[in-house]
Amino acid sequence: MNGLTFLIPIALVLGLGGLVAFFWSLRAGQFEDLDGAALRILIDDDADDGPG
Amino acid sequence: MTALPNHSEFLLPGIRCAGCIAKIEQGLAKTPGVHAARVNFTARRVAIDHDAALDMQALRDELGALGFTAEPVIEKGAPSPAEAKEDQRLLRALGVSGFAAMNVMLLSVSVWSGAEGATRQMFHWLSALIAMPTVAYAGRPFFRSAWGALRRGRTNMDVPISIGILLATAMSLFETIVDGPHAYFDGAVSLIFFLLAGRVLDDAMRKRARGDAAALLRETAPGGMVLRSDGRTEWLRADRIEPGMRLLVGMGERFAADGTVEEGETAVDRSLVTGESAPERVRRGGRAYAGTLNMDAPVILRVTAAGPDTAMAEMARLMEAAGGAKSRYVRIADRAARYYAPAVHSLAALSFAGWMIAGAGWHQSLLIAVAVLIITCPCALGLAVPVAQVVVSGALMRRGILVKDGSALERMAEADRICLDKTGTLTLGRPELIEPADLDPHTAGIALALARASRHPLARALTGALEARGVAAAVVENITEVPGMGVEAAMQGRRVRLGRPGWAEKLPVEGKALACALMVEGEAPLLFRFADRLRPGAQAAVARLAAQGLHPLILSGDRAAAVEAAAREVGAEGKGDLSPADKLAAIRALGEAGHKVLMVGDGLNDGPALASGHVSMAPASASDVSQTAADILFLGDSLEPVPVAVDAARRTLRVVKQNFAIAIGYNVFAVPLAMAGLVTPLVAALSMSASSILVIGNALKLRVIAKQAATPAGPAIAVAKKAGSAQ
Repeated sequence: MNGLTFLIPIALVLGLGGLVAFFWSLRAGQFEDLDGAALRILIDDDADDGPG
Repeated sequence: MTALPNHSEFLLPGIRCAGCIAKIEQGLAKTPGVHAARVNFTARRVAIDHDAALDMQALRDELGALGFTAEPVIEKGAPSPAEAKEDQRLLRALGVSGFAAMNVMLLSVSVWSGAEGATRQMFHWLSALIAMPTVAYAGRPFFRSAWGALRRGRTNMDVPISIGILLATAMSLFETIVDGPHAYFDGAVSLIFFLLAGRVLDDAMRKRARGDAAALLRETAPGGMVLRSDGRTEWLRADRIEPGMRLLVGMGERFAADGTVEEGETAVDRSLVTGESAPERVRRGGRAYAGTLNMDAPVILRVTAAGPDTAMAEMARLMEAAGGAKSRYVRIADRAARYYAPAVHSLAALSFAGWMIAGAGWHQSLLIAVAVLIITCPCALGLAVPVAQVVVSGALMRRGILVKDGSALERMAEADRICLDKTGTLTLGRPELIEPADLDPHTAGIALALARASRHPLARALTGALEARGVAAAVVENITEVPGMGVEAAMQGRRVRLGRPGWAEKLPVEGKALACALMVEGEAPLLFRFADRLRPGAQAAVARLAAQGLHPLILSGDRAAAVEAAAREVGAEGKGDLSPADKLAAIRALGEAGHKVLMVGDGLNDGPALASGHVSMAPASASDVSQTAADILFLGDSLEPVPVAVDAARRTLRVVKQNFAIAIGYNVFAVPLAMAGLVTPLVAALSMSASSILVIGNALKLRVIAKQAATPAGPAIAVAKKAGSAQ
């Protein structure tokens, strides 16, 4: 029973942390361009004139 | 940072890959006056922060120079802010219910594993504290929809869902207060989570299809160059052009408004507006209609549009009258709920009454009734339909078929008749080179060099055809274009001309056929013939539609003879000389005979017919009116997407029906247990998840089917275009 007084708040705080992170990402526009995010990884930043 | 940066957005229908994103962003970054540019690939848009000195037209030219057609974003076609807020609200609700479901489940597992006494009591209270705000917040989409239906005296899927969730929460709270052993908070919350997941998927897919459709729409909804009285010219969007203005319409452009020709003489291609395939000559004082294509020479038009007698207004009236049928359609899940909800509610009431009579006491009886409601809550049904439709729409989108609306697939599966327009639907709706099939490289090179210099539709068709054959252009000098006639140049001291047969060389012109001639001094003249060809694979597609039992019928505004020829070629019945009202009447007549009609059309004249069909499809080259009226759009030149979409829709319906069968089978098994009072929260949670996983797995089967034929959209479109222009 003693362990629970720590573990349950910890579980709730971790869960809430995840929820807050999700809200933040929603507000920051992380879900606006899902297809673009998948493609941007392919862009070569070094190339000055772009790959084409 | 002296001036406040302006913000502009453009739609970019042509972006396909990471390279395009990099090219646009890096290209714009180098443009003086641009502060920042960010491409949104999903919405096919670019957002630009720039100096006020740069106007829309300059940015548009800049994007054009980078190789992309851009259309300024007009708020009408874009998703409204309210819609975007609704999307965010759904996602937020999903996040909250996910968090709550995980934590409540964590506590419930301990209770099921044997927590007792004070521990169980504390866990139940914690669950209640998490679950009740969650139900109040994340359950709102269901409560709102259920209330909306009930207020109008109807039921839908959300009615049993809402009643189940609310009763389960209330009963569990009571149990917690009286220290009972069974609380269903986990069931209520995870139900909300599962159902919201289905809804978010559905919403995301529709949003993407709508975004793509809006991008296509902007390609055909033009504006025009307006001549001011002081001699200045200014590009205005179509909706800003007013009667009395003078409009300069270049060769190969579409008229942005109705009007009379003030200066110049030209040929006008009306195929997109009336279905008539042969171009018509318009002289000074003649009328030209919005949406028609100026073929021969630049003209100045005095705008007369607006008012109730324009062609557009007539079409709008017909469409308004036609659009009732689709809004009366009841989605299949809601139709199922019509029988499902009363059955479930009477079963719950029956078990309550039964246990009361058996003397179990109202507390026990109520608990059993709630267990029945939770067990029968149509979680599987609420997920089964959206998941199947999302999987299929995604696969179709990869093949270049955009499903604008989830119910379109359901309606498509019910269709048992198909009506097709001819010009632009069965055919490509643009001239293609048909003769001569072979050319010697020397002559072809001269023709290409001249054709490239003109924006005339025939010259462009010729350029496309010759380039596809790998012809290298000859070197010519002093190219001049004579409006309405053709292109002239010099080659090694000899005069070469490409243009109207009567101008390039005194050749007899036969009939109304589209043709242009190439004359090289000292050589025999050469005649190029063009025709509006059938789309590649049109015969095969129509044959497949016939095999699907759809009885293809061609309804066209073109001359009866032309329609008959096309109908013979594809092997279908054809009716010509139809006005938009005639087409509408034909579809209505079929509808009254009990048939569900799939209408495929592209022209302005097809608008009312598309709106009145049970379901409708349009090619991406269609007029803006048709694209708006159609439920499904397809890209590329081939007609193949029509039978493919019909097939996919039927498969989807089959899987949805299987899912209904699974859900009903599960209920037949689980409801007697619940009525017998044997269902504890643990059993409810297990059986609910099991049935949901079963229907989702069954819906995912469609992915395998879709993959067999799927190809990435980009290459498929490119290949189709090449194949089209090569002919």
